[in-house]
Amino acid sequence: MKRLLPNLLRLAVLVILIAFLLQPMLFEPLLKPLVQANAPAVYNQGSLLSLTLSHLATVFTATLAATIVAVGLAILVTRPIGAEFLPLSRSLVNIGQTFPPVAVLALAVPAVGFGEKPTLIALFLYGLLPIFENAMTGLSTLPPAIVEAARGTGMTAWQRLIKVELPLALPVILAGIRLSVTISLATATIGSTVAAKTLGEVIIAGLQSNNLAFVLQGGLVVAVLAVLIYDAFSAVERVLSRRAGRV
Amino acid sequence: MRFRIDKLGVVIAALLAYGAFLAPFANFRANRIVPGEARSIIEALPAGLGAAFLAFAVVAVVLIVAKTPTLFRLVLGLVALLALAILIGLAAGHLTPPENTYARVSPASGFWLTSFAFALVTTDALARLKLSPLARVALLAAVAAAAAALLMSGVWDGLSILKEYGSRAETFWLEASRHVVLALGSLAAAVLVGLPLGILCHRVEALRAGVLNVLNIIQTIPSIALFGLLIAPLGWIALNVPGAAAIGIRGIGAAPAFVALFLYSLLPVVANTVVGLAGVPRDANDAARGIGMTDRQRLFGVELPLAFPVILTGIRIVLVQNIGLATIAALIGGGGFGVFVFQGIGQTAMDLVLLGAVPTVALAFAAAIVLDAATELSSNKPGRAA
Amino acid sequence: MIEIDTITKRYGETTVVDTVSMTIAPRTITVIVGTSGSGKTTLMRMINRLVEPTSGKILIDGEPNSAIPGYELRRRIGYAIQGHGLFPHRTVAENIATVPTLLGWDKSRIDAKVKELLTLFQLDPAAFGPRYPHELSGGQQQRVGVARALAAEPNILLMDEPFGALDPVIRAKAQEDLLAIQKHFGTTIVLVTHDMEEAFHLADKIAVMDKGKIVQYAAPQDMLVNPATDFVETLIGAGERPFRLLSIGTVADAAEAGEADGEPIAAALSQRDALSALLWSGRQALPVVGADGAPLGRVTLASLTRRAARPQ
Ligand SMILES: Nc1ncnc2c1ncn2[C@@H]1O[C@H](COP(=O)(O)OP(=O)(O)OP(=O)(O)O)[C@@H](O)[C@H]1O
Ligand SMILES: [Mg+2]
Repeated sequence: MKRLLPNLLRLAVLVILIAFLLQPMLFEPLLKPLVQANAPAVYNQGSLLSLTLSHLATVFTATLAATIVAVGLAILVTRPIGAEFLPLSRSLVNIGQTFPPVAVLALAVPAVGFGEKPTLIALFLYGLLPIFENAMTGLSTLPPAIVEAARGTGMTAWQRLIKVELPLALPVILAGIRLSVTISLATATIGSTVAAKTLGEVIIAGLQSNNLAFVLQGGLVVAVLAVLIYDAFSAVERVLSRRAGRV
Repeated sequence: MRFRIDKLGVVIAALLAYGAFLAPFANFRANRIVPGEARSIIEALPAGLGAAFLAFAVVAVVLIVAKTPTLFRLVLGLVALLALAILIGLAAGHLTPPENTYARVSPASGFWLTSFAFALVTTDALARLKLSPLARVALLAAVAAAAAALLMSGVWDGLSILKEYGSRAETFWLEASRHVVLALGSLAAAVLVGLPLGILCHRVEALRAGVLNVLNIIQTIPSIALFGLLIAPLGWIALNVPGAAAIGIRGIGAAPAFVALFLYSLLPVVANTVVGLAGVPRDANDAARGIGMTDRQRLFGVELPLAFPVILTGIRIVLVQNIGLATIAALIGGGGFGVFVFQGIGQTAMDLVLLGAVPTVALAFAAAIVLDAATELSSNKPGRAA
Repeated sequence: MIEIDTITKRYGETTVVDTVSMTIAPRTITVIVGTSGSGKTTLMRMINRLVEPTSGKILIDGEPNSAIPGYELRRRIGYAIQGHGLFPHRTVAENIATVPTLLGWDKSRIDAKVKELLTLFQLDPAAFGPRYPHELSGGQQQRVGVARALAAEPNILLMDEPFGALDPVIRAKAQEDLLAIQKHFGTTIVLVTHDMEEAFHLADKIAVMDKGKIVQYAAPQDMLVNPATDFVETLIGAGERPFRLLSIGTVADAAEAGEADGEPIAAALSQRDALSALLWSGRQALPVVGADGAPLGRVTLASLTRRAARPQ
């Protein structure tokens, strides 16, 4: 009952977002006051919908790759075989997170050239860190009694990982993915400075032509996407951790 | 002593071997724009030096693969990094034809991989040594001093990034100071506003969720958009509020960047203040009340000192984040290292990108080390609950 | 039968379990007691190879326990650990079904087993099966932990301080359950506890450990009469001896023909319980009844006093 109002609000925001992406012209009157008399109020240099989709696709691809690699690495360094890599992994994560996303992006350009690729690489590299950190934390702070019990019931190392350790670490890992996605959604806009097709194009077009309406619509679409995705992740995490009795 | 293998060492040694023997050490370009030609370490260095370094690399591979004492690995890593730093400078001098000011020499993948390998050795050793906070800061200072000495000595003058610097030294320092002012100034403003706001949120529960939600949402607005959105209101203020323009408030330039960074900084400061204050043990508060402290005395004498390490963690997050985000300010004419990054991207001149990116990363990195040390020191003070 | 043969475990320089040999007879309860850090848990965990011994061997029904992979061994040996260790992301029923599932039992057999065990532990299968562990009280969690250990009908059950966290009432109940289950399945049980009362009440044989060594391994009565060292004597508690002696025997053993007035005593209770009841009621004798309520004679203060005296 207490969740009803925020959820209705989210639904409304989602509906408005979809409406805006499909029929941006409907919103022209709202945006008109922000621009000079004859300037366009709705982004007209391409389809907002396709930019949004390609923005999401970029973020999704990068995050998916980052999740696979980060969780894989975290599993490795939390096994006895990989224990020697643990201290270094922790420091690398800490150091990596001090790298500004723009710097990662800019440094990727010399390696792979302009376009989607440097953006994907930057989002991937930057997205690795929070996921890796959380997966490492989640997998290395499991209650010892439970890990013991899993061994005691005769599970093999693989069964323990799949049936006990990963499910228990899942909420923490998801929190890492959520963080990573939120950062990536915003960072992807900067990708447009190196010619990636993202909503950053709308914002940059606005900055270049001094069109506040463009800046606003580009920024808001990204922000709304970020908030909705963030909330969706939080909801899943809540359900999972309530199940695991961690609340 | 038996020869035991260090698993991590094997991975690092493989990187090192590939970087030293198979990948090009330096890149030579006849001028700033043309694509580069790779040069191996033997070609890149004056007679004998390249071979000497390769011999050193072989020894290093063995030493890294073997389980050697941690302190020894630290020294090995640091010495090798210093050697590499000097060698790349020498390579630049060696490869550039005399009197030629157009040619550009930059480090190539081999140099980066070898450096990365030794940096890993160093980092791993540092992680295992668990140095005290002060020792870490001292090490940082030593590394910074070494880098400064190398810069001053002119060893690196032949490198393309320093040639870019040479042709715009004045702008560089101007943008550097703007970058630092943006990052630190917005942090200071955020602390001035965020700390009281955090205390307020701690005391008044009704405010807490609302304030934190709004700040959370601000964080989700992409930085370039937030920068852009602030242009209009600040422009309006500059035009309509007397005196505003005089103190530097303008629609375009540093002011919107400053405000945007300030807004981004608020969340970590406020949230950590709230968390820190909430974590103050009940006993400490009760005891303070019990001996008759007023609310104000309790706040300054008990709660804030106890919450300080957590608040400091928030400040660390903000500072590192701001140093990175300040690069975006360049897109709206706010200056900072971003100027070089975006100019470089525009001209496809990667040396220029590096001229902006390298100092940004170095600054953020140094800030993180210093503030981590400060946080650790403040939470380790005797008599303070961990 | 478990034969432990000169087993030793060292961590670096420190010897945690030091050349221990003992034979545990089938269908008995062996209780290991000793000070904290004396190596009880380590010894027990070497039986199911959660800890690999430094030297020595352990035979289970004549087979070395190192003959099969550790995880297969552990599927055949129940293990109930301190603090229950239930999987928080699985329901009670799924927790209990863990080992049967690993062994690939078919679903109907697993369901039947879960139901049987929950009923045995007085937890309604319909109500408790679908719950998650955090929705249970500590005592209920504990019982589910033991049920999980018993699910694949192991011949051997290892229990590490299984009742440590329970309040006295539930603990007494859990002990009775355990005795009943042991009778029901004929399981060989090895149990670690810090509670001497519990040890004397449950044990067929008690092993006392000190600094990695077994200092005495004997039936409770023998241990009371002839403690091997001062340490064992202190552990038993000199002042407690007559009462410990009484707590070993049941009322049924002390019952004699005759009649008495007053509140009847159940034959399954310990003689120590009977003594308490007699003293509290101020009577010289009380009637004894069986589980079905049928009269089985009486128990007298005099006979208990005799039984509490040092055996000659
Ligand atoms: N993995 C390990 N590495 C090093 N030492 C260990 C390890 N496991 C146990 N020990 C040490 O071995 C000794 C015996 O431990 P054990 O757990 O067997 O004691 P215990 O008798 O069960 O104690 P308690 O009654 O407190 O549970 C302790 O001193 C403990 O610190
Ligand atoms: Mg123990």
